[in-house]
Formats: sequence, structure tokens, C-alpha cells
Amino acid sequence: MTSMLAADVHAVTTAADGGVLSYAWLMIALPLLGAAVLLLGGRRTNAWGHWLAIAAALASFVWAVLSLVQLLGRTPEERSVSVHVYQWIKVGGFDIDLSLLVDPLSITFALLITGVGSLIHIYSVGYMAHDENRRRFFAYLNLFVAAMLVLVLADNYAVLFLGWEGVGLASYLLIGFWQHKPSAAVAAKKAFLINRVGDIGLLVSIMLLFTTFGTVAFSPVFGAVDGAGQGVMTAVGLLLLLGACGKSAQLPLQAWLLDAMEGPTPVSALIHAATMVTAGVYLIVRSGPIFEAAPTAQLVVTIVGAATLLAGAIIGCAKDDIKKALAGSTMSQIGYMTLAAGLGPIGYAAAIAHLVTHGFFKAGLFLGAGSVMHAMNDEVDMRRYGGLRTVMPVTFATFGAGYLAIIGVPFLSGWWTKEGIIQAAFDSGGLTGQILGWVTVLGAGLTAFYMSRIMFLTFFGEKRWAEDAHPHESPTTMTVPMIVLAVGSVALGAVLVVNYTLAHFLAPVVGAPHHEFDLVHMLTSPYSLAALALMVVGVGYAWLRYARSEVPVTAPKGNFITVAAREELYGNAINEGLFMRPGQQLTRAAVAFDDHAVDGVVNGVARSVRAASENLRLMQTGFARSYALTMLFGAAVVLATTLGVNLA
Amino acid sequence: MDPMNYIVLAAIVFTIGAVGVLVRRNAIIVFMCVELMLNACNLAFVAFSRMHGGIEGQVIAFFVMVVAAAEVVVGLAIIMQIFRTRRSASIDDANLLKN
Amino acid sequence: MNTVPLQTTAVSAAVGGGEAATFYVLGTLVVLAALGVVFSRKAVYSALMMAVVMIGLAVFYGINQAPFLMVVQIVVYTGAVLMLFLFVLMLVGVSSSDSLVETIRGHRLLTAVIALCFLVPLVSGLAAITAGEPVGLSAGVAAAGGSIPWIAGEIIYRYVIAFEATGALLITAVLGALVLAHSARTKKKRTQRQMSQDRIRGDHPTPLPGPGTYARHNAIDMPALLPDGSVSQLSINPVLAARNPELQHGVPEDLSYSIGAAPDEKPDTAASDNDGQREDEGSWTR
Repeated sequence: MTSMLAADVHAVTTAADGGVLSYAWLMIALPLLGAAVLLLGGRRTNAWGHWLAIAAALASFVWAVLSLVQLLGRTPEERSVSVHVYQWIKVGGFDIDLSLLVDPLSITFALLITGVGSLIHIYSVGYMAHDENRRRFFAYLNLFVAAMLVLVLADNYAVLFLGWEGVGLASYLLIGFWQHKPSAAVAAKKAFLINRVGDIGLLVSIMLLFTTFGTVAFSPVFGAVDGAGQGVMTAVGLLLLLGACGKSAQLPLQAWLLDAMEGPTPVSALIHAATMVTAGVYLIVRSGPIFEAAPTAQLVVTIVGAATLLAGAIIGCAKDDIKKALAGSTMSQIGYMTLAAGLGPIGYAAAIAHLVTHGFFKAGLFLGAGSVMHAMNDEVDMRRYGGLRTVMPVTFATFGAGYLAIIGVPFLSGWWTKEGIIQAAFDSGGLTGQILGWVTVLGAGLTAFYMSRIMFLTFFGEKRWAEDAHPHESPTTMTVPMIVLAVGSVALGAVLVVNYTLAHFLAPVVGAPHHEFDLVHMLTSPYSLAALALMVVGVGYAWLRYARSEVPVTAPKGNFITVAAREELYGNAINEGLFMRPGQQLTRAAVAFDDHAVDGVVNGVARSVRAASENLRLMQTGFARSYALTMLFGAAVVLATTLGVNLA
Repeated sequence: MDPMNYIVLAAIVFTIGAVGVLVRRNAIIVFMCVELMLNACNLAFVAFSRMHGGIEGQVIAFFVMVVAAAEVVVGLAIIMQIFRTRRSASIDDANLLKN
Repeated sequence: MNTVPLQTTAVSAAVGGGEAATFYVLGTLVVLAALGVVFSRKAVYSALMMAVVMIGLAVFYGINQAPFLMVVQIVVYTGAVLMLFLFVLMLVGVSSSDSLVETIRGHRLLTAVIALCFLVPLVSGLAAITAGEPVGLSAGVAAAGGSIPWIAGEIIYRYVIAFEATGALLITAVLGALVLAHSARTKKKRTQRQMSQDRIRGDHPTPLPGPGTYARHNAIDMPALLPDGSVSQLSINPVLAARNPELQHGVPEDLSYSIGAAPDEKPDTAASDNDGQREDEGSWTR
């Protein structure tokens, strides 16, 4: 079955034959140029820099749309187009081309990145209006867009890694954008370091692929997967998963994402909700043939996804910081996608569909959160919000649309795609399928609870504002992107999922859908009804606790689950206990060893040489006669030796 | 008498010269002692020449004399120069290379 | 060609009794003179002892059938090299005697011990060798037609490269000595005109009185007596006056202050010692 899948999954890759697709590199080059101009241009570009950045992002988006149109004009088998830009590395038998692969999967991502990216660029004009480093911010945003496009448009793992590191850099720069805040600087470092762990996994898997197949390009590798051993494929799969975990904040490399909320909110929306953190899902889906050849790795992927799904949701339930609650939600939703991606061809399309809709509603939610923070003097504690729906109607409406989408209200975006994942999980069959399916259903209920909690705490109930808070609606540059995203949150799911439009579009890459679209089944299957019921329960419980009853301004102590969730399920404590402390002990031991053993030897040698020379120095009297005496002594020794030898 | 006696005499004179080099501080006397050592060597060369019936010993002694003469010329000039600048012919005072 | 070889030293190869006697007498003398070189307090005595050693060695060369070297030893070494030593000694100060107190602690003892360690094995080792009768040079001399032609042939033919090299060495040495002995003039040379002008403008246009004039002793450290019987301090070399406080009394200030400097205006009468005419060499005596 695997080989058959591989055959129909990977349609023939054709070379670009002129037109828009041949210039696909422009999608990357434009934002890169924007970043270069803004970074190198300095203060001169302060006045118009952000408009240039927006123009670059929009141009890139337009190019992506044109590429999509051109792709749609081809037959499905010919929708995989390779664009050779130039030869990057050629060392003996090792040659890597910097070439791009425009196919349904990558163009979907390119559209999401440039589309949502452009909206967030526009939003940032208003959000960062009072920041004196706005130009730098936009330069980094453009840099991120360029790097992310390199990641998704790459046609081999080496170029993918280039983009992978590029987004890591952009993420680091943007998390630490307000580097004058120690917490932001530390968060940036933490994100960077934890990502490094994942990057090592990706790097080693690329090396393994090269030693096994002699190439790192996608199509030759995927074509040769069947010939490789199970063990190698499992190793590659697990290492790729490690890379994906680092970038997508999946267990056990999840700890950085909540801290990453120290960055400006548009960054949280674009990078740490909509696009970059989904790179891991992209990697798993893109490397589908490898995972299909390694069932063990696939199983681990689903387990990681399921565990992160629940962990993220639990954390999201307890955090009072609106951005961190949303970040927990992001973890959880990416857990959904990872789980679906781990299911194999049955779940790829569902994962990508959820990824796209999530990109919209989560970006909308974050932008809404940013709008609220903007209005509340950068207050992030939801316990200081309350009753904002009348003050900020647009934000309330758009945030509400995203909220309804994410909790899975039928016929909104989130419901379509989440139902797809729940269905795929149950469809995968066996006990594993059942367990995974029920986890996703339970996750839906948790999602409903924590999102309702955010919603009710922020927009309903009493006003618990700080005394100097004067909330107001955000400027147009901020509300327009929110409205656009809200529209997407409402309608995009239906567009993508009804009749499996996206799945059929992606079919050349990830395989055709396994059954026909069946709306009635979606609505009436026991699992979807269970999910719906749990959702209602979640919303209702949240209503009782946070809308009907008094919400204390300072958080109550809570039971042990709440405490654990507030502590991010002790992820940081585990990291500190398992890695940081032993690491510190190790470095301390190394330092002690260096100080005493290594330096001891060196210093001892130096000291003894010094002592010896202190004594030998006395022989250097500066009197030529003393030296001559030494010569005579030497002559006497030579003489004595000669005589001794001759007499012996 | 054994002709080796000449060699023994040369050894004695050589050692005396060496002791003079080591003991005296006046550069000119040190120089003379160096000449003493060279002369002792010459005596040994000449004696060997006779003992072996070859002329080479004398030839080498001749060269030694020439080189000694050249050395004396330059050496005394150096001593003069040092004396001019440092007002002393003592080799112990010529210690500019010592810190 | 039955020409008798030009053989000046009629010493046979074998060591005869006369040679032994000569060796012991002259050898003792040479060793004593060598010790004198080392242990004389005054450098001049050392030089004289050196001359004794060299002449003694020249005799030994003669005995050992090396007439050419004998002559060269006397002419070059005793004549030229030693005279050079004496010249330098005079420049540095003939009468200066070194302190024989050793400044480096333990140096002398160590020197003695090491020298003995060197000499005793050497002499005992040499004494253990019995060379037997020397071959002698007579056969070679006869073949070459003389001792000097033989050496000449060897030097000119066999050792010609070494010979040329020593020639180059000598020339280099001469140039080196010239460079080292040359001293740059630090002030402009005074012309005769300047000197005469200074003299007329100075206190004493006329020559200063010579020392010892009308005095009981005709010596340079004796001041001249003036017609009235008093002492003329001007007649004394300022160097002497500076060294002997008794003589300083009454010496004109311009002279007493210029002690040690070039004696510009000093008339010949006051400059009986060799230093008188030197201008730029400054004072040589310590």
C-alpha cells in the first residue's frame, strides 16, 4: 500500500516553463529586499519603511495568488513545479541546488504566510505606531516572511533547513524585540536554545538522509524510501519529529512558547500562532513518505500530538495572562494538527486544513488580544479586564468570531476542520484510533472551556479595570485586519472542507481523500455529537464560573491541577531539574577540573619552571668570565670523556 | 727525551692562558692570555709536524698566526672603542647586555 | 742538481741530549713567563712576560725544524702584535695597575679547580703516550729543496683557498679596525686663524713660561721661577696642577677651570707630555 501511495502521492515534478511560476523566487526575494532596505537604510527609512514592508508582503501575496491561479490552470498531475534558482553547493558528489518546489502544499502555506502576514503587517502599523523602533520591527517581520517562504518553498531538506534557521532567527529577534525588558531578552534566548535542540534533530536527520540516499532533495528521497531499512527510517522519522517538536512547541520542547509571548502581540499572532509554529506540522506532512515507512515514528508523532493537545489545553485553562492562555491554546491546536499528521495520509489533509483555519482564527484572536491590551495600557491580566464588549465593539465582534470558530460551533471554520481531525482519528481504526479520537473529543471540550473563560473574563462580567485604564476602540489599521481575519474565521472552513476542496487540491502531494464528503455524517456521527456536547458543557461551566459569579482580581489559590497548570505543568521545572541543574553541575565540575587539574598542571609547570629559572638565573651573572669558565668546564668534561672512552 | 714533552708543555701553557682569561679583568691582559693559548696550540702543531714528518702542522700554525693577527687588530680596536665610551678596560664593566 | 738544501737549523729528527737540556731550561722559563703574564699586577709587565714566552716559543719552533715559523713568530708576534698591545696599553694608561681582588664570589677557586681538572687528566693522558722517535722533516725538506719552498708550495698550491681566505680576512680586519678606531669629530675643527685670534684676545698673548725654568729641578712638575724668585703657576701643566693640590695655588682661573678639557692655548712649553697637542681625543689619563 505504501508503495502505491508513494506512486500516486508524488506526481511528476515538472520544471517551470516560464510565466509566474518561473519567478516564484520573487515571493521570497521581495520581503527579503524589504528587510534589507529597512535594516541597511537606517533612520532614513523611518518615515516610509513600514509602508515598504507592507508593499513587499502584499506583493509577495499577490505573486502567491498568481502562482495559485497558474497552478489551478494545470492538470492535477502537473501541479508540482520545480523552479531552479541556482546551484548552491557542489562538492564532489554532494550537490544542492537552491531550487523551489511550487506544489499545492507549498502554495497553500505560501498563501497563508503572505496573506495573514500582510494583514498583520497592516495591523502592526497601528499597534507599533508609538514604538521608536517600528522600522526595525517591520524589517524583522519581512525577514520572517522571507525565511518562512524559503522553508515551505524549498524542494530539498538543505534549503528547508536554511528557512528553518531563518525563521528561528526572526523569531528570536522578534521575541526579544523589546530587549530592554530582561524578561523579553531571556524569553528570546530560551526560545532560541530550545529550538536549537529541535534543530539538531532536523540536522541529524538530514545527514542520515544524505548518508542513506546520497541526496537531500524531496522527490529522490521519497522515491527511494521503500528501499531503505525500517530502522533508518524510524530514526529519521523520530529525528524529524524532534525538529518539528522544537519549532511547533510540542512536548517535550514546548516550554519556550509561553515565554515567547513577551514579544509584541503581532509577532505572537503571526509567528507564534499562525505560521512559524506550524512549520513542524508542515515538516511532518511534507516528509509523509518517510513517516509512512516508519510506523513506530508515526505512532510517536500521534502520541506527542495527543499529549500536547491535552497539556496545552490544561495550561490554557489556568493562565490569567491573556496571551499565555492563547499560547496554551496554540500548543493545543498544533497538537491536533500533529496528531492528524501522525495518522498518515488519512489525516494530512485534515491537518493542513485545520492549520489554515487555525492560522486565521488564532491570528484574529491574538490581534484581538493585542487590541485589548492596546486599549488597557498593555495590561495582560484577564482578571483586570471585564465588560469590554460595549467599549470595544469591533474587537469584541472579531474576537467573538474567532472564539466561536475555535470552540467548534457548527459551520464555522474551526468546526469543519476539527471535525475532520476527530473523524480521521476515529477512522484510523483500532484501539489507538479510539484513544486518539476520544482525546481529540476531550480536547474540544477543554478548548470550549478555556476559550470561553478568556471570552467571558475579557468581554463580559464586571469591569475590573485598573484605575487609570481608559479603554477605547483601536484605529482602523488595526481593526481592518481583524475584520478580514474574522471573516476568514467564519467562512474559510466551509470553503476548504465542503466537498473536500482543499483535500482534492492537495491530493497530488498527500494522497486523495479516503471517502466522499458527507455533511450528514459529520453532523450526526456519535463522536461529533459527543464533541458538541462537551463543547456545550465547557462553555456552560465557564459561563457559570466567569460570567455569572464574581471573579476575584487576584487569582485564588486553586486546587493542585490549577496550580500545576499555572506552572505550565512544571515544564520549566522539569527542564531545570533534568537539564539545567545537571548542566550547571557539569559546568561547575568542568570549571573546577579546569581550575584545579588543568590549570594546576599548567600553573605547576609554570611555577616549577619559574622556580628553576629563579635559581638558574643566578648563573647569569653578566660576567663574561663566568661564561668562559663554563666553557672551560665543558672542555674538561669533553676531555675526561675522551680519556674515559679511550681508557675503557 | 720524548717529543711528547713539547705537547705537555703546550698543554701547560694553554691551561695557564685559560686561567688568565678567566681570572684577569683587564681586557688587554685577557687578550694576551688568548694569544698565549693560541701560541700553545701552535707549539703543539709544530711538534706534531716534526713527529709525523709532514709540513701540514706548520702550515696550520702559520694560518693560526695570521688569524690571530687579524683577531688582535679587531679585538684591540674594540677594546679601544669600549674604553673611549666607558672609560674602562675591565671586561666586567662591559655588561650592557645584562639588564 | 746537487745543491745542498738551504738548511739553517741543523737539527736532526732525533731528540738529542742538547735539545732535552734546552727544552727543560727554556720550558721552565716559558712556563714561568706565562704565569707572569697571568699574575702580573701591571699590564705592561704582562706584555713583557708575553714577549719572553713568545721568544721562547720561537726557539722551540726552531728546534722543531720550523725555521720559517720561528722567524714569523718573532717578526709578526713579538714584533708586530705585541707592539700593538703595547700601543693600546699606552693609550689606555701604561701605569694603570689592576686590582687583583676578585669580584665574583668563588670564581677564582672554581677556576683553579676546573683548570686542574682540565690540566691533570690532559697531562697524565699525554704522558701515558710514548711517541717514539719523531720522523722528522729532513726527507721532505730535501725533496722540496728546502723548508721554506716546501711550506710555500703547500700554501700556494694545496691550501691556496685558505690562503686567499686569510688574505680576505686580514683586509676585512684592517677595515674593521679602521671603522672601530675612527671617531667622529664632535665639534668643528679650529682653524689656525681662530687659534691665533683667541690667543691675542686672551690673557697671555705670549707663551706661558715653561716648567722648571730657573728652578732647581728641570722636571715638568716643577714650576718655573719668575725673575723675582716667586713661583710661576702658569708654568705647570694644568693636569698636574689639578692632581696636586699644592700646585693649584695661584693657577689662573681660566686654566684651572679648563682642567681635563682640551688645552687650547697651552704653549708647547707647558705641554711636555704627549697629550699636549691633542684636541679631540680629550683627556686620556684617568
